[in-house]
Order: sequence, then C-alpha cells, then structure tokens
Amino acid sequence: MEANHNITLPEGSIEKQTTTLNFGPTHPATHGVFQNIMEVDGERVVSTVQTVGYIHRAFEKLAERRPLYQITPITDRLNYCSSPINNMGWHLTCEKFLNIQTPKRVDYLRVIIMELSRISDHLICNSIVGVDTGAYTGFLYVMQYRELIYEIYEEVCGSRLTTNIGRIGGFERNFTNAAFTKLEKFLNEYPKTLREFESLFTRNRIFMDRTQGTGGISAERAMNYGFTGPNLRAAGVDYDVRVQQPYSSYQDFNFTVPVGTTGDNYDRYLVRNAEMWESISIIRQAYEKVQAFKGTDADVYHADVPEYYLPKKEDVYTKMEALIWHFKIIMGEIELPKGQIYNAVEGGNGELGFYLISDGGRTPFRLHFRRPSFIYYQAYPELIKGGMISDAVVTMSSLNLIAGELDA
Amino acid sequence: MRPVRFNIHPKEAEISDAISMGIAPDGIPGDGFFATQLSSVVGLARKNSLWPLPFATSCCGIEFMATMASHYDLARFGSERVGFSPRQCDLLMVMGTIAKKMAPVLRQVYIQMAEPRWVIAVGACASSGGIFDTYSVLQGIDQVIPVDVYVPGCPPRPEAIIDGFMKVQDLVGQESIRRRNSEKYKALLNSYGIQ
Amino acid sequence: MALTNEYIQEQLVAKFGDQVTAFSTTFDILSFESPKEMNLKVLQFLYDEPSLGFTFLTDLCGVNYPDNIGGELVVVYHLHNFTENVRLRFSVATSIAQPDVFTASKLFESANWMERETFDFYGINFVGHSNLKRILNVDEMDYFPLRKEYPLEDQTRIDKDDEMFGRG
Repeated sequence: MEANHNITLPEGSIEKQTTTLNFGPTHPATHGVFQNIMEVDGERVVSTVQTVGYIHRAFEKLAERRPLYQITPITDRLNYCSSPINNMGWHLTCEKFLNIQTPKRVDYLRVIIMELSRISDHLICNSIVGVDTGAYTGFLYVMQYRELIYEIYEEVCGSRLTTNIGRIGGFERNFTNAAFTKLEKFLNEYPKTLREFESLFTRNRIFMDRTQGTGGISAERAMNYGFTGPNLRAAGVDYDVRVQQPYSSYQDFNFTVPVGTTGDNYDRYLVRNAEMWESISIIRQAYEKVQAFKGTDADVYHADVPEYYLPKKEDVYTKMEALIWHFKIIMGEIELPKGQIYNAVEGGNGELGFYLISDGGRTPFRLHFRRPSFIYYQAYPELIKGGMISDAVVTMSSLNLIAGELDA
Repeated sequence: MRPVRFNIHPKEAEISDAISMGIAPDGIPGDGFFATQLSSVVGLARKNSLWPLPFATSCCGIEFMATMASHYDLARFGSERVGFSPRQCDLLMVMGTIAKKMAPVLRQVYIQMAEPRWVIAVGACASSGGIFDTYSVLQGIDQVIPVDVYVPGCPPRPEAIIDGFMKVQDLVGQESIRRRNSEKYKALLNSYGIQ
Repeated sequence: MALTNEYIQEQLVAKFGDQVTAFSTTFDILSFESPKEMNLKVLQFLYDEPSLGFTFLTDLCGVNYPDNIGGELVVVYHLHNFTENVRLRFSVATSIAQPDVFTASKLFESANWMERETFDFYGINFVGHSNLKRILNVDEMDYFPLRKEYPLEDQTRIDKDDEMFGRG
C-alpha cells in the first residue's frame, strides 16, 4: 500500500492511496437509508464513516404529545418488519406501569402473534441475505408465507404491516375461527417451505463461502458494543429477554435459545434459522394451550380495566359510566400515575426497551425507545474492516438493520 | 361466517376463450396495417414497459417488496426489471417517509433521471408527511419534486400500489409527445428550481 | 449469593459515601443519582467490582426537567448484569447553562452513538467524546429539539392549518 510509484501527479490533486466510495443512502443493497463513506484500497475496505438520520421522524418528541393509545401507531413504525412485537412491548410496558394483570388466554394469544412476527422478521432478513449473495429464488418462496402471516394479522386487527394490534389489557376482538384456520394452515405448510429454503442455502457451497469468516465479532466486543438479540447470540452469549425476564407467560413454554460461536454472517443466518424453528414450536404449544380453554374461558380476550380498555358499544349507548370511560379514553384524558419504568421485550433484533417517565399528566413526560439496531450499527466499521466491499454488503444485510428502528 | 355486504353481485370479467384483449388506441385498421397517432403508439409501448426506481425508505418499502413478490406480482405490468440507477429508469416510486435530511438526496436522484420521467408518491408520508407532523419530516415530497400520482395509505395495500401504478400507466399512455418540451412543463420544473 | 438491590446500595454507599443519593426502587430496578463529576468513577466501579459486574450498558438517554433549576438536563444510564440478571439505573444531572458530562464511551463502546443522540436532542456536551456531532438531525440545525421549550412541529410549514389541529 505504501509503494512509491514513479508517477508525478498534477498540481492540486489529492494524493491518497485509498479510494473514497459512497455507499448509500440510495443503494439497492442497503435496507433502508444509511450512508457509508468508505475508504477502500482496491476492493478491501480500510475504514468507514456512517451517516444515519435520513429517516429521523422524531418519535420521542411525538410521544410526549400523545396519550398512551396514540403512541401505539408510532411504535409500529419502529421495526416495521415485526410491528406486533413493538406494539405488544409497548402495551406490556403500560400494563406493568399501571399494574394490570392480563389473563392467561390473552398471554398465550399474544405469544402466538409475537412469534409469528418474529418468524416474519427473520424471514425477511434471511431471504434478503440470500438476495444479496445473488440468490433471488429463496426470497420468492418464503414471501408467500409472509403473506399468510399478514392474513392472520388481518383477521385480528385489520391491517397487514403496521398493525397497531392489541390494546392495553388484551386484544380488541376475540380471534375468529378463520384466524385459527389460517394459523393451522401456516403450521402445516410452513415447515416444508422452511426446509426447502434451508436446502437452498444452509449447505450451499457458494453461500457458505460468501458468509463464513466475514463480518465476525467476538463475544466481549459484541457485549461492549451493546449487541443484543440474534447478533449477540451468534457471537456466543445466550442472552434472550424472553428467558431472563419472562413476560406474557413465556415461562410456561419449552424452547431453546440457539447460540453461535464466531459471530460471522453464517452464524447469524444459522441462529435466525434455528430461531424460526423454535418459534414454530412455541406457536404450536401456545395454540394447544389456547385450545384447552373451553366454555366461557374461551371468550376471554382482554383484562378488566375500564380506564384503558374501551367498553362495549352496547354499554356506551345505554350506561352512563361506560359513556364517560369511552369519552375519557378516546380523548386521552386519563391521568397516568407518577413514576418511571424501563421494560424490555425480545424484538426481532434484540432487546427493545421502553423507558417511560410520567409526571402525572395525560401524556408521558419522556418516552425513550432503546432501539437495538441503532446500538449495534456502531460496530459496523469494525465488522467490515479488512474485508471486501461485497462482504460489507452481506454483513449489512445479515445484521438486520431496519431504518425505522435505527433513526426513530 | 362473516356477513358479506359488499360485492355480492360481482361484475363478470369479459373473457372469451380465456383470452382478454387489450384496448387498442383509436385509429384506422386495415389489412396488415393500423394507422394511428404516433403519441398513442409511443404511449402504448412506454406504459407497458415502465422501469421503476424503488426509492424505498421505510414501511411502505416492505409493502413494495410484497408487491414485487409472487403474490401481487408487479412484473405483470411490464416492470420486470426494477433498476436502482436513475439514469436508466422512467418511474420514480418514492415509498416511505422523506426526512428533511433526505430531501436533497431525493432531488438529486430526480434530477439525474432522463426525460420522460414520472413520479409516484406511495404512502401517506410521501404524499403529505403522514402521521409525522414533526420538525424533521418533509411534509410531502411535492415540496421538492413534481409528483404525478399519489397513493394514500399507511401503508397502502399492494392492490393500492398496483392501482397507483395503473393510473401512472394511464397517464403515460395518454401523454402528448410534445409535453416535455412545452412551456407549461418548463414552468412547472422552474417552480421547483429544476432546470 | 444472589445480587440484591440492598447489596448494591450497601456497596455503593461504602465506596462513595454521600456522593450517591436518592436511592429508590421502582418496578424492581434500583435507581440512584450522583453528581456529574463522579459519573465515570461510579460506572468504572460498577464495571470492575467482581461482586457487582455491571458490564453491559443497556441504554443511555437524556431527560429535560425545565423546573429543576441547576439540574435541568439529566443523563440516565441503564446498566445490566447478565449473569445475575439485575438491572440498575443511574442518573447524573447537569445545569442547562453549562451542560458538560464526562463521556462513558471509553468504557462502553455502545455509549458512543447514544451520547451523540443525547447531544443532538438536548445539547449535553460529553467531554472527551471522539466525535460529538449531530447524528439524527441535519447538521445545520441550530437548536436542540427535544428540550421542552421547543415545539414538535416545524414552524415554517405553510400547508397545515393549525386551527384544524386544535393548536391555532
């Protein structure tokens, strides 16, 4: 690199041994808008400076203006590939803060939805890693099953992607038979497709050569960088919020947490793949548990919290208290108790934390989202240093950076 | 069984022998020739082979990925090849929130596109800022570039994105050949500060 | 022996005396404060001490309390001990006139961008940070938007009618 060539450069030219390459913000391989200004020596990356904030939407300032229910739509747009997890994380935080206990059936239904969204998030990540290495077919095979997951969400909440699913205390409506039929169809057909997807990638010579040994990080450095979720588990640390601080009755389920060794792209792919199998098993267990509720127990889909859960429309039109609660909830005039809470759930990317400070008003005084993508994207220069540009592309997609979560 | 209130008497599609014919432009048919306006032929060719540039920033981008996938297949409309280079694309599909930091980038991409070019603003955030009425979000991309079609929704369903795309196809099919050189178009671009 | 909040409190008081104050436990998390000059010493102690071992910085954020004269801007650190599964909250306050706080990015790499974000939103100057620039907002922005004195909406927009939004 420091070789002295017999070249006389003209006056005023920048004498540099490395090329500056602008990677982003509009680039087909960046999943969302990030900019990396790379210094490359030939094809090898020497260093990188990142720029983020191209989609900063000021969620935290927005949340100071809105009562609790109006914050759920903005949590949707954090990790939009798995928005039910964000919604339920927020509702779990509110429930913990307001001391609301949810019935078991609600917990199990929530687990079903959260694991479906985890599958949907990991599907996007793994299939896009495939697309970035040049294999487009896997993406098309599994998108069919993402459409089925979207149909299940539609049965419950009415919308596909940014779901705004659930309410504080439970769900807005009971799951219909159509929802359960679609869930059974998913559980029957999806494992075959996942196996087909695996057969395309997991032992594929080209894929393995592209992803093994690139973008690796050690467990100590990963912890220092604040990694959580599949990226940290691929580096060797088995930290999973569902196991450490079980929420929504996760302690009733039997599942393992897959852990990798080197933290490179291949390990991340394998960890996400294994987590999808674990999610399928959790959904099966939850479905059996839900089916075990019979009679009137099977009609329970929310906790009894009149201050936060909208009363039935028949009651609103006939009873006075129900009308008052309806008005107060819709206009957001319920006063929150004073205090502060930090609650975390296991999102698709890791520990999604909500730090809520309330001073007794109708809106939070401060709401801060602990966004996993923002925190582990800092490690990107260290991950790609010394690698090729194409490895930088694959590393970025295997980290599962979601722009909405990064910039909030 | 959910009670169905809409579309209980659906319109039958006019398909004979499982082939439905496209609508030909007005013209004089003959034995081995078809005389019509040049702009109709050019419009017909252009509208069935639009190459989009997906400028996907956030959630609407995921719905676009669902539109490109096999269930809602956008490739049937001729956009098999989505390009990421503005020099080679006709249709700029802006999907997702555009923050003020991103606006100059968007403008630069639009300027790099060659005429004729169309812009479709997908989603509420691209159309008007969406639910983010904040200090950092551009309240609609028509503050920086001229837009042809707006698709509302948050995010719009893939069917809505395809509907927007079909409206762009209508615009492309009926566009006059001289439009891009006309005074009105030049005035429009000048009002955005684009030469 | 399991790591309890009382043990953490005892250890901190034993080491720092009356420099650590305002101990409280909300929702199983112990919170405490200290003067801003001590923040690195406290974080280093919590990191190095083998019985405490808070080696993971979960979160770093800022809060603006406009009524708290002399301590308007607060930096809150959330720490986590993986092996014992204990969380901890530590906050330091600084005045808005001179918002200097020592940076934790030498100890925790994850604090780097989180401090840049806190600087971007609140204007807290992290002394010793390698690259304290705005991260999420445009570089030319001249105010710190998440302070309570500034509004949410962009005041220069002309196409939204504030009367219709109840803010006119």
